[in-house]
Amino acid sequence: MIDITLQKSLNSQGGKITLDLSLQIAAGSFNALFGPSGAGKTSTLKMISGLLKPDTGSIQSHGDIWFDSQKKINLAPGKRKIAYVFQDAALFPNMSVLENIKYAAGADPDKAYLENLISSMGLEKLVNHKPDMLSGGQAKRAALARALAQKPELLLLDEPFSALDQSAKIKLQQHLSRLHQDYGFTVILVSHDHAEVMQLAQNAFVIEDGKLLRSGTPAEVFGLESASDEITVMAQIIDHDTESITVMHQGRTYRLTWEASHQPTIGSWINIRLKTSNAQINALNKL
Amino acid sequence: MLSLSSVNWDPLFLTFKLALVTTLVLLLVGIPLGYWLAYSKSRLKPLLAVLVSMPLVLPPTVIGFYLLLAFSPNNALGAWLEQTFNLRLVFSFTGLVIASVIYGIPFMVHPIQSGLRGLPSAYKESAQLMGRNRFSILTRVLLPNMKPALLSGIVLSFAHTLGEFGVVLMIGGSIPGETRVASIAIYDEVERLNFGQAHLLSLILFAVAFIILLWVYTRGSKHWKGVLR
Repeated sequence: MIDITLQKSLNSQGGKITLDLSLQIAAGSFNALFGPSGAGKTSTLKMISGLLKPDTGSIQSHGDIWFDSQKKINLAPGKRKIAYVFQDAALFPNMSVLENIKYAAGADPDKAYLENLISSMGLEKLVNHKPDMLSGGQAKRAALARALAQKPELLLLDEPFSALDQSAKIKLQQHLSRLHQDYGFTVILVSHDHAEVMQLAQNAFVIEDGKLLRSGTPAEVFGLESASDEITVMAQIIDHDTESITVMHQGRTYRLTWEASHQPTIGSWINIRLKTSNAQINALNKL
Repeated sequence: MLSLSSVNWDPLFLTFKLALVTTLVLLLVGIPLGYWLAYSKSRLKPLLAVLVSMPLVLPPTVIGFYLLLAFSPNNALGAWLEQTFNLRLVFSFTGLVIASVIYGIPFMVHPIQSGLRGLPSAYKESAQLMGRNRFSILTRVLLPNMKPALLSGIVLSFAHTLGEFGVVLMIGGSIPGETRVASIAIYDEVERLNFGQAHLLSLILFAVAFIILLWVYTRGSKHWKGVLR
């Protein structure tokens, strides 16, 4: 369990806010901090990592004190067993992908682990590339591999899927889910994307103006029914005619009949409810 | 007639030796100082930032004058240096190097400081989270990604030392082979109405400085090529 209590006054985009949060994170769980920009999500991540010092509060991970303002304990970022993926990947431009990964792994790297990491993330062909030769999706994947090379107990992700096209985003999300299942590290993801949080996280914390509004499973938090024989998926309308609409969900397009009286709007999001009694469930594609 | 065989090369060699040694010392001093100024949140930071910039605004004679006083064997520091290390800094090459380093500090520190500030903060933060120490972060992550700024500091420091006159005159005087650098030699030759020698030395200094800068601007790096566009 990671127990986090933080207070800090911040100068955010919308003016001064006082961040005052208390979060309990179960070991091995996948958590999302959800909220609009300027809510204090990234600052929270930075305080957990030790890159930003809270005014008051405490952070304890499995009994280890990382930060305690009363006891004047403030562990250096490098001593917290944390890895952090920044919004813009932040790979070191002077090093190849492999050198970036090795630098993160430290002086005595577990070679088998690193090789497994590289191959499972499909980075074999890119290991000798410098970051400026990578696409946005490849750079994010390399940054995720570099973060995991540290064998972290806690992985912090600051909007890792922003600025990625749909297919790169889905690929990275699939890698992330699988690695999380395989290695069992704890994740805190910062996001302002409903669909992302719904798909990936087990717990969601909704933050606004530095305060925790709600927390729970994504379904509870976003006000959907938790016990039902229906599954709701979100899709975006990309085209329509008089009787049908074309929607996109996770990079695929589907044509559905449209019976509602009003005209659909291209670009808007709709919830599609699927009855589990009628649904056919296919095995997930292997990566 | 003027000919190359009549040139006294000693002042030129001495000038380049001084510029080279000064630049090397400035690199060693400038990197930690630039790092501190770029990242420190200390209250003393404005004070040090001002001190580093002083040589830009003070006449070189002011710095030369105070160094002359400090290094003089008649004063505490100079006397202590002479008694403890048998080191006399006035009118010596070592003294010139120290004076040039002090006078050249902003030309090395400012590019390094702004080079570090120009790097995304996530580079340093990622490396910190990897548990790397400051030396490793500086030498393996930060400096290799700010080569244009480093090169800028090196070239400016070197070129600035080539052209130094006031400080050298104040604390070095004009001892052939020891402190008589090209700028002083040119001044001496003009004083003696020996315009031929003054011409030759000036021309050579001009040509060498021109070639160095031209090389840096055209071949040195992408950053410097941008200056010409």
